[in-house]
Amino acid sequence: MTPALCVAGVDRSFDRRAIIRDVSFALQPGERVALLGHNGAGKTTLFKMILGFLDPDCGEIAVLGHRPGSRAARCATAFLPEAVAFQKNLTGAEVIRFYARLKGEAPRKALSLLDRVGLAEAADRRLGTYSKGMRQRLGLAQALIGRPGLVLLDEPTSGLDPISRQDFYALVEEVAAEGATVLLSSHALTEVEARTDRILILSAGQMVADDTLANLRRAAGLPIRLKVRAGEETVTEVASRLGGERVNGRSVELLCTPAEKIGRLAQIAALGDLVQDLDVHDPSLDDVYRHFSRIATTDTGRAASQHKGA
Amino acid sequence: MLGRILTVAALELRIGMRNRWIVLATFILAGFSLALALLGSAPAGPLGIDRMTVTVASLASLSVYLVPLIALLLAFDAVAGEIDRGTLLLLLSSPLSRAEFLLGKCVGHFCVLSLSLGIGYGLTAALLWSSGEGEMAGLLDFARLIGTSTLLGLAFLAIGYVLSASVRQASTAAALAIVAWLALVVLYDLALLGLLVSGAVDSLSPSVFPVALLLNPADAFRLFNLAALGASDLVGGMAGVADSLPFAPELALASILSVAAATLCLAVLMVRRIVP
Ligand SMILES: Nc1ncnc2c1ncn2[C@@H]1O[C@H](COP(=O)(O)OP(=O)(O)OP(=O)(O)O)[C@@H](O)[C@H]1O
Ligand SMILES: [Mg+2]
Repeated sequence: MTPALCVAGVDRSFDRRAIIRDVSFALQPGERVALLGHNGAGKTTLFKMILGFLDPDCGEIAVLGHRPGSRAARCATAFLPEAVAFQKNLTGAEVIRFYARLKGEAPRKALSLLDRVGLAEAADRRLGTYSKGMRQRLGLAQALIGRPGLVLLDEPTSGLDPISRQDFYALVEEVAAEGATVLLSSHALTEVEARTDRILILSAGQMVADDTLANLRRAAGLPIRLKVRAGEETVTEVASRLGGERVNGRSVELLCTPAEKIGRLAQIAALGDLVQDLDVHDPSLDDVYRHFSRIATTDTGRAASQHKGA
Repeated sequence: MLGRILTVAALELRIGMRNRWIVLATFILAGFSLALALLGSAPAGPLGIDRMTVTVASLASLSVYLVPLIALLLAFDAVAGEIDRGTLLLLLSSPLSRAEFLLGKCVGHFCVLSLSLGIGYGLTAALLWSSGEGEMAGLLDFARLIGTSTLLGLAFLAIGYVLSASVRQASTAAALAIVAWLALVVLYDLALLGLLVSGAVDSLSPSVFPVALLLNPADAFRLFNLAALGASDLVGGMAGVADSLPFAPELALASILSVAAATLCLAVLMVRRIVP
């Protein structure tokens, strides 16, 4: 089966500044993939190369086996740019009908998408009266017109409230279930958790991670933090018996690997009355994200190749 | 292909008709032409010229200033504005090709312009006709004025697209459009007039002057309309030149058309190279 998108060894620089460095990945049909990266990581640049607006300095990109920007590729792709502002004096329905005609779809059928993004009621209002989130949802509706094979969404959830966000990911799931591949960019790992099959992390133009969230967590090997609360008199004893670090006068903090976790908990339980309370902090998604983001800046090439290929 | 061009054109028509500036310009056209027709009736009688023809002669001079302005107003946003709003990324990632994009815009804007001129001038023509003031010839004059005005507009639409495709911000494109209007509609004539008066034109090759007039669509438009009306003694100004021209007035029309076509081709080439 041809991959929906294949990016192989792509480099791109602007004014001799390397912006994308040796990026490779492939997306299979029906996959939902999140592309994460800090501001200026090169996400939008990567999208523009996939759409054929920018040529890579070297490397190959194939969209469903076609050259980026070719008519076949354009007919099979849908795109939502990160900052799109439609003409203010058009209505939502007019915009959808317009893009449906451009894509050769029945305008009437496309209008049902407004329903799916919750804009049915505002369909006949001028866009000048839309809120930011409503405009964003209109952009989404536009991107889902027809049956695109590859859906590229650049920061699709920016400006959406939490409920709209959930609705959006439900929509992405439906689209992927119909066989489309979805590549969406985002800034926060917390947001794409459980809503995407795979995560790519771009940092300073390098692909530093390409795996499922569970595997990324494992690969990061971040320690679990145990916070044991003791009384003011007992804290010294607890600290000496557990060997952790004292914080704020009455707590002791311990770090351990997932494998050591149960043993540590047993130790703490054995202290009995000396311990008043216990908090267990698994590494947060932000911690995992920060871990991978940092790789590119500290240790360039090695880490990038280590986490490639799930 | 035609379907996509018409789709873009239809949207542009819709947007244009909701554009306050365009509506205002149409009102100005209608207002001026009505005022000229109703108030400027005095010179018509003694000279024995059809009143419609007199009105058309005055309106031709108005067209030279207003039509390029309307055209540039429509066109400056075409590319830079779409880049600004991020919609060019969207449009060009759809099956729409870049040539189709620009041609669609052009067809749409041309329709807006025609509509604006048709309403602005047509209203006056209809009024004069219905009040029994006009003859068939006068009506033809009006039709010619509207037709050549749209042609002039087309040339300035194309100029607007070239300007719009050369920058990335709508505001910069707007500034360029104003400069282009000033340069081509106002300063160009002044410069030629200056050359003529200073006698510098004699030292140039004698063919340079008419060519210079032909190359600027605004001047070519003026030449053709004044020559066609045979009203050079009536209106004065540049009209004196029209008689002594070494070419048929139709050449002026052909010149506008070729300038428009060449500029439009240039605009398409420029749009092809844009990174949205
Ligand atoms: N046309 C250009 N000319 C010069 N530099 C550019 C150009 N386009 C992008 N860049 C640079 O490339 C880098 C990556 O930009 P890009 O827009 O791809 O980032 P991003 O990951 O999308 O960031 P954000 O999350 O803020 O949207 C930035 O440093 C930017 O300055
Ligand atoms: Mg971006």
